[in-house]
Amino acid sequence: MGNITFEAPLMSDAFAKGIQPEVLFWVGCAGSFDDRAKAITVAFVKILNKVGQSFAVLGTEESCTGDPAKRAGNEFLFQMQAMSNIQVLDGYGVKRIVTACPHCFNTLKNEYPNLGGNYEVIHHSTFLQELLDAGKLAIEGGKFEGKKITYHDSCYLGRANRVYEAPRRLIEALDAQLVEMKRSRSKGLCCGAGGAQMFKEPEAGSKDINIERTEEALKTEATIVAAACPFCMTMLSDGMKNKEKEDSVQVLDLAELIALAEGLN
Amino acid sequence: MGILLQLVFLLLLGTASFYIYKNVKRIRRNILLGKPENRADQPLLRLKTMALVALGQKKMFKKPIPAVLHLAVYLGFLIVNIEILEIVIDGLAGTHRIFAPYLGTIYPLLITVFEFFAVSVIVACVVFLIRRNVLSIPRLQSAELTAAPKLDANIILITEIVLMLALLSMNATDLVLQARGSHHYFATGNFFFSGLLIPFFNLFSNETLVVIERVCWWFHIAGVLAFANYVFYDSKHLHIFMAFINTYFSKLTPAGQFENMPTVTKEVKLMLSLPLTEAETALGEAGRFGAKDAIDLTWKNLLDAYSCTECGRCTQQCPANITGKKLSPRKIMMDTRDRIEEIGKNMDTKGKDYDDGKSLLDTYITAEELLACTTCNACVEACPINIDPLSIIVQLRQYRIMEASQAPAAWNGMLSNIENNAAPWKFSPSDRMNWVEKLNK
Repeated sequence: MGNITFEAPLMSDAFAKGIQPEVLFWVGCAGSFDDRAKAITVAFVKILNKVGQSFAVLGTEESCTGDPAKRAGNEFLFQMQAMSNIQVLDGYGVKRIVTACPHCFNTLKNEYPNLGGNYEVIHHSTFLQELLDAGKLAIEGGKFEGKKITYHDSCYLGRANRVYEAPRRLIEALDAQLVEMKRSRSKGLCCGAGGAQMFKEPEAGSKDINIERTEEALKTEATIVAAACPFCMTMLSDGMKNKEKEDSVQVLDLAELIALAEGLN
Repeated sequence: MGILLQLVFLLLLGTASFYIYKNVKRIRRNILLGKPENRADQPLLRLKTMALVALGQKKMFKKPIPAVLHLAVYLGFLIVNIEILEIVIDGLAGTHRIFAPYLGTIYPLLITVFEFFAVSVIVACVVFLIRRNVLSIPRLQSAELTAAPKLDANIILITEIVLMLALLSMNATDLVLQARGSHHYFATGNFFFSGLLIPFFNLFSNETLVVIERVCWWFHIAGVLAFANYVFYDSKHLHIFMAFINTYFSKLTPAGQFENMPTVTKEVKLMLSLPLTEAETALGEAGRFGAKDAIDLTWKNLLDAYSCTECGRCTQQCPANITGKKLSPRKIMMDTRDRIEEIGKNMDTKGKDYDDGKSLLDTYITAEELLACTTCNACVEACPINIDPLSIIVQLRQYRIMEASQAPAAWNGMLSNIENNAAPWKFSPSDRMNWVEKLNK
């Protein structure tokens, strides 16, 4: 793969050249700043490059969608963020948005239209499934063959927006053995980060939520836990460290799994 | 004597109906103390939701054992109540089993079907009593289930058992009197389940049996009317009616979609010099942001509270509750109902503007509970009748942050980072594209 130079075109550059990219990749704050989540961003951009997808990113023009502000209860800040983001998106005539963050996905898809921002918004799991269905992914067999992978449903992808199948279809396409946790799909247990919990310490209790979920994932004896959200990624990775399992059980995003199968590491 | 009893019956029925009517009015008034919210769109989809979730019990069947038991009581309630119709007509007209001559051989068959459900109700309620009082099922033992809600649950179950026993005894004594060719008790054909009790009631004289039969008849109908009044006065059992109304008014948008506050939209647009829509221009003063008390919530939140039967499926699925935090979605619903009941009572006894110095937030629900919510929607998903505790939690959070400025320090940091750095963490916005460096390494 050494002959490909991966690119992440900027929307402003494309616009200046009079090019309208087919899809905007909304990177999100975690995907932009969090070291672990940056690897997910990189993996997804590599896939976009490999399949020849016309896309662009906003770069420094991107700003928080306002999701954590809204869930915490600060509607003002949320709507301020939303409206200025809508001005940027509409300025570039964006029609279709893909994002690897279920929180950005939910907010952009469900809460922006009422404020004037109307876009087709899809999560990267659905986007990758579309690539798979269109035969654009090679997915070299063997890499994950026979490996046990469990999938952790993100609340804002699953219960909030009923996306349960796309992530599972991707894992099955890897020839891996998909093993479900006791609580999955609509009964999936939260990782503990949603509702702006990511940004504060948990309330006093008997256990942290991410530990409860990590223990459940470990019970499946999977060697890979697949995540579809940068916040879940943080919570589950921390959980594995707490259980001293970080060397035997990997927590990987769906984009990273696909990128590995595509030989894009 | 006959006419007198008919008058007594009429008086009983009239009084019971009057008090039910008064309580329905009270509950309706209390619900409408909430703020407006439009849930009148898409009537067909709403009817479909009601048919599947309330009538069809779709979400109950996530837990098969309680679902089957609940189905027995639910069908028992629907079907045995058809017999009430005959009892009411008999009571008013002074007749005895008025449908029997018209239905002929179908009548004993029909009564046998009713009796089958009456027996099912007894069995199910006994199992429910054991589940509540003997087995330690965590969902039925949580902290918010204090003495009063536990008593309410037991009263409901015991009343249902006693009413069904009265119905079966009434039918059994009738059968014995029929067999003995007693005056008034004409042959209807055998009823299967009460027929099993004949050997026992055969021990009594005709006079005693007539007394037992009449006492059971009056006890059953008076009991049903009293129970109906109890339900509408103040019981979680109200869900038998509210489930239908509540599922009709279900949230139809994606679970992850939180409402955008129109008053905030207006102010933000003014700040950013964006044009207002006509509706926004017409909006009045913002008033209070979020909810401090029960009347700051929407009527749908209050309808939810009156619909809750405290089954605890929400709390059982709540990640915060599972891991020992104080938050319990069931408690949120119980507190909301208790508070709106209290506000209603204050209005009735102390006048409209009476302030008791209490509020839903702080007096009933603490910040610690609210802050523990991950907004994961597990409670909403788990509720068999589409109650939305999350909506209440978020509105109480909004009040704390926007009106009372009571965000935890870490959240204040997060919020000011979004405001100043365009991200919830304290990174320089100019570093947002730094991940590109890793793209070709």
